[in-house]
Amino acid sequence: MALEPAITDIEKLKDHPALATLLSWRTDSVEGAKWDRNELAIIVQRESLREACALLRDNAKFDFLADITCVDWYPSEPRFEVVYNLLSISNKERVRLKVKLDGSDPNIESLTSLWPGANYFEREVFDLFGIRFNGHPNLRRILMPDDWEGHPLRKDYPVEGYR
Amino acid sequence: MSSNLMQHVATLEAGEDRTMVLNMGPQHPSTHGVLRLLLEIDGETIVKIVPDIGFLHTGIEKTYEAKFYQQCVPLADRMDYLAPFSNELGFCLAVEKLLGLDIPKRATWMRVLLTELTRINSHLVWLGTHAMDIGAMTVFLYCFREREELLKIFEAIGGQRMFTSYFRVGGLAMEAPLDWFARTKKFVDTFPEKIDEYEGLLTGNPIWQQRTKGVAQISAEDVIRLGGSGPILRASGVDFDLRRDMPYCGYENFQFKVPTHKDGDVWARYVVRVAELRESQKICKQALEGMPEGTIRADAPKIVLPDREKMKTQMEALIYHFKIVTEGFTVPPGDVYQAIESPRGEIGFYIVSNGTANPYRVHVRAPSFANLALLPAMCEGKLIADVVAAIGSIDIVLGDVDR
Repeated sequence: MALEPAITDIEKLKDHPALATLLSWRTDSVEGAKWDRNELAIIVQRESLREACALLRDNAKFDFLADITCVDWYPSEPRFEVVYNLLSISNKERVRLKVKLDGSDPNIESLTSLWPGANYFEREVFDLFGIRFNGHPNLRRILMPDDWEGHPLRKDYPVEGYR
Repeated sequence: MSSNLMQHVATLEAGEDRTMVLNMGPQHPSTHGVLRLLLEIDGETIVKIVPDIGFLHTGIEKTYEAKFYQQCVPLADRMDYLAPFSNELGFCLAVEKLLGLDIPKRATWMRVLLTELTRINSHLVWLGTHAMDIGAMTVFLYCFREREELLKIFEAIGGQRMFTSYFRVGGLAMEAPLDWFARTKKFVDTFPEKIDEYEGLLTGNPIWQQRTKGVAQISAEDVIRLGGSGPILRASGVDFDLRRDMPYCGYENFQFKVPTHKDGDVWARYVVRVAELRESQKICKQALEGMPEGTIRADAPKIVLPDREKMKTQMEALIYHFKIVTEGFTVPPGDVYQAIESPRGEIGFYIVSNGTANPYRVHVRAPSFANLALLPAMCEGKLIADVVAAIGSIDIVLGDVDR
């Protein structure tokens, strides 16, 4: 299977249930979309993430939050990209939501009120990237020791650590 | 890993005068590694559980960013050390998806065979240790008898008992040794009787039933909300298995059932996993019987190492070999999320490539990490003696939790 070029035109992708749900709610909640290697990724406006997820969960049957992670695009801005992988158990399909965050004060609304399972994933992202999740019940480090300095998965953190 | 955790637990709403905080682990034998639990208890009843993890954190995701793609495979082994082939498969499939690479049929069938053998291996360790936690010592010895044979089979094909690193991006490392298939077939053919032996020790055993039935119950809605996957999800009645419902690596060619149970307790998870042992055995049998002939490496000279013979006779092969070993291979930019059904649940590899020979970012959605979040929901308000049964039934691997 040779690689097909990615489709980034929202017009061509709007039949996908996840994207259709978001577009019918508010067009400006979607900042971009990409169909690449048989996977759909939607870039969601930062402010509407929680409502978009609630909508996808309740109306488009994306009931399972599989994963939350982050990518650091240092030194370019917006620096962080928080990635949410949603799965629909009944429709057997996935969608990836991305939110771009500024490097100066990265924070975003927590999804723990929608999925309590987001708790650990958000703590992990907070621990390793230093992104704050507003409304998280217990935002503390989870993998690194409490007194650790810095956030190891940031790109400006050396692989061998600070010596 | 926190010094103020104790304080945090002790000031919960139940009142400081009635409850006490009990520290369990990180060296407790029944936590299956280095899991530390802070239990706030009121007499025998658990008021709150706070899992404290991170003792095995080695920063594998950070290390990945400094490695070539092929060098990442051995690190994937070391996360979930009971199911190394599952991790290797997830990683290789994700990179192959990024590359748009087709894998020869024989290699995919070998991968299915080995992944199912590793599922048997992992479930055997789970069954043995879980039964021993609850007090049935004999099962452990029986399970490890079969596991030993499996590890020898892995050693014969990969050169290592646990960290095999046998899958390659683009296929497999090498062809199996001559007597390997006969040996594996013998194991697979005799395995159903062995499962009968384990079941003979446990299933009808009244003590085992009392210790497991109705213990650590959790509903399907709660499992989904909390992000639990794998046997735990199926034991709560959700009929979902990535191998059947979102097939990868040629699983659509195999016939198997997805066992489910409606009770959602420790017993249900026991029943589901034992049934999975039987189904895995069937898949192994089909894979062995229908094993296609042919090559085990994809036709991609810039990615897959050439045959040793060709290197000695062909200039190009030698050059490619040198280039792949010293510079790695580049991967077109993009990002993929590849999830597979590991013995513990959904293991997902989210890989971002920026077009160089090193992955820009690798994130592992570890099933044990997500499933551990179910523990408080299972145990709070229940008896302290059942915590051990609950941990065993979640089947966590701490290497997978902490990465």
